[in-house]
Amino acid sequence: MQSALEDFFRALRAADVRVSPAEAIDAHRTVEVVGFADRELFRDALCATLAKSGDEVTRFESVFDTFFDRRSDAVAPSPPPAGAGSDLLEGLPPEAQDSDLARMLLDGDGAALAQAMEAAAERAEVSKIRLSTQRARLTRRLLEEMGLSEIERILAAARRLGGPGEAAADRLEAARKALAAQAAAYVERQHELYAAGSGKMLREEMLARKALNAEGGIDPVDLAMMQALVKRMAKRLADRYSRRRNVAWTGHLDVRRTLRKSMGYGGMPFDIVFKTKKVDKPSIVAICDVSKSVAAAAQFLLTFLYSLNEVVDRLDAFAFSGRLISVNRVLDDHPVETAIFEVLKQIGFQQTDYGRALEDFAEKHLDRIDRHTTVIILGDARTNYANPRLDILATIQQRSRAVIWLNPEPDSYWSQGDSVMNRYERFCHVAKTCNTLEQLERIIEDVLRTYIPR
Amino acid sequence: MTSSPDVAFDAAQSPHLASVESLVPGLAGVGYIASRRIATALYMAVKLQKPILVEGTAGVGKTELALSTAALLGLPLIRMQCYEGLDESKALYEWKYGKQLLYTQILKDRMGEALSDAPDMDAAMDRLHGMGDLFFSEPFLEPRPLMKALQERTGCVLLIDEIDKSDEAFEAFLLEVLSAYQVSIPEIGVLKAETPPIVFLTSNNVRDLGDALKRRCLHLHIPLPDAALEQRIVASRVPGIEARLNHQLVSFVQSLRGLDLRKSPSISETVDWARALILLNAGALEGEVVRDTLNVLLKFEQDIAAVEPQIAELVRQAAG
Repeated sequence: MQSALEDFFRALRAADVRVSPAEAIDAHRTVEVVGFADRELFRDALCATLAKSGDEVTRFESVFDTFFDRRSDAVAPSPPPAGAGSDLLEGLPPEAQDSDLARMLLDGDGAALAQAMEAAAERAEVSKIRLSTQRARLTRRLLEEMGLSEIERILAAARRLGGPGEAAADRLEAARKALAAQAAAYVERQHELYAAGSGKMLREEMLARKALNAEGGIDPVDLAMMQALVKRMAKRLADRYSRRRNVAWTGHLDVRRTLRKSMGYGGMPFDIVFKTKKVDKPSIVAICDVSKSVAAAAQFLLTFLYSLNEVVDRLDAFAFSGRLISVNRVLDDHPVETAIFEVLKQIGFQQTDYGRALEDFAEKHLDRIDRHTTVIILGDARTNYANPRLDILATIQQRSRAVIWLNPEPDSYWSQGDSVMNRYERFCHVAKTCNTLEQLERIIEDVLRTYIPR
Repeated sequence: MTSSPDVAFDAAQSPHLASVESLVPGLAGVGYIASRRIATALYMAVKLQKPILVEGTAGVGKTELALSTAALLGLPLIRMQCYEGLDESKALYEWKYGKQLLYTQILKDRMGEALSDAPDMDAAMDRLHGMGDLFFSEPFLEPRPLMKALQERTGCVLLIDEIDKSDEAFEAFLLEVLSAYQVSIPEIGVLKAETPPIVFLTSNNVRDLGDALKRRCLHLHIPLPDAALEQRIVASRVPGIEARLNHQLVSFVQSLRGLDLRKSPSISETVDWARALILLNAGALEGEVVRDTLNVLLKFEQDIAAVEPQIAELVRQAAG
């Protein structure tokens, strides 16, 4: 049972339930206390030890059910026909006498077959399955380890001989087919246990690096997964940065409060109070180009920023292609996933004009920027050869705490064609290529970090 | 410091803790209707001597579980409410500054007398060192909840309420207490519990707790109960209630939970509501009474506004 538990831990890890060695030891102790006899008790006790959040409890339960059920229903071959003689192998060629598998199949001995399958699975290393494409090959290996080639030889010989062996051969054939189906189901379950979760993880890793301005846009299936991923990234950051509200000692004595506290001790300064510094929450202005090539990136940037509401004091979002509008209202009224389409509807498809957009911003919203504000601009800086209005960006830079320009294009393109990125770059504190979720996460983290005093 | 080893297992040997099966009726006896999963977690916590981290929305009975356990085992309950800014001096110990101050003053007065016959400075210092330093010693220690819990000779139930409201630093500080049942006091040394307390931590998920803390605890998530369990809870908490009213009000609350509300009513609201209905002598659920008492169940104005037009329909369903 020791190794079964270890396998179970592995399955849990594959389903993203963290099981550290210490937790594994706890689980073994748990099992010592409760035993295996009562299934429900066994499950609840293990669940209390291993699953550490409501989410993990759900995953634990589904893994538990898949894992511990397989033994009971895995192999249940048809029982031998009534009235069959004492020797089930009668009429079959002599090789059949030596084949354990043939005997088990014809006996309909489910328990023995299940055991044989477990042992064969171990030899075939089925539990190391990683990808769904390995299923067919592993099923084949599993059956071979169980001795299927033997059965096939026996069948071939029996058919050649013909006569009384035919009936037994028919039954053997049927049992072989059932066995093959069971082996396939077994491998499928193993895949579900050990690989499905890690496959998902692999996929998420890949999506985090997927280019957001890819030709033909993003697959809707991927899009949903990426939205979830962005939210998780944001939650992770929010968690990390919401905890550092009060940064404790800055080393300066707070004379007033120390004196006040010392009153209780006859003027003796027992409690020394130091000044603490409040951390201000970031205030962010996001200006997004929503023309075709940048729209996807803009959507993720906005999703990301909106999911950070715990740690961001104030967020104002603006979108432009030809003219610039404030999109706070749209984002408040619609879920972020669909908001971008709403924004596009309002802006319409105009030619991108960075100069005009900056003018609009300076005219109506410049007072929004003060020395606490971080301005994040997302765009490819392709002006269609219009006036880029560098002077306005310079003003924004002067007024704000930081200007960060995220450009989906790699920096080798920044001075080519109608891109004025290399000219805008001079007025930005940071200008970076940002074309994957991973890059996005890193940049936002940098922004949050600058608000934490050292 | 004489301790017999069997004292340590007093609580664990209580007949209620012999098995999970005996724990459920035991808890029911002190008014806590526990699901099997809750009982299992409690049983494991005592057997493995690990703290339980109890999670769930407000009002599902997290704190109540600790209170009932203390009542069941006849142990004292020590409760510590966490909040932002809680630190060691409020949770663990504090020096009795006033007494320390008096002590130094007495010391000063006696000092001249004691040292008057010393021939030179070195001899005086030697004598001073020889006098023993009481300034930082146990008599001057003012124990706070955590330390009190560790000092209880026969064990106790320690409830650390709303751990998620405390700071990260405090959480890290708790690790030593929770895994080794000991505390380090820099001036004195390590104090270890003779009998480890049964520890409950509750969390409302205001923030995610650190992995280190979670690892040291058993995890118990208390979900909102199904109708049958909730009826039993109401019956146990509000003894005078009629079965028919109980059934109606529980199914009304259950259907409220299906709606999209800012704060769904949890068990404590159901129980409060049941009490309110009894006080108003309501024999059965009626639209009028429900409308008047809805504020017991729902705590947000917009929730009440959302539910009000549907009351008649919901009452009809609950009655049917």
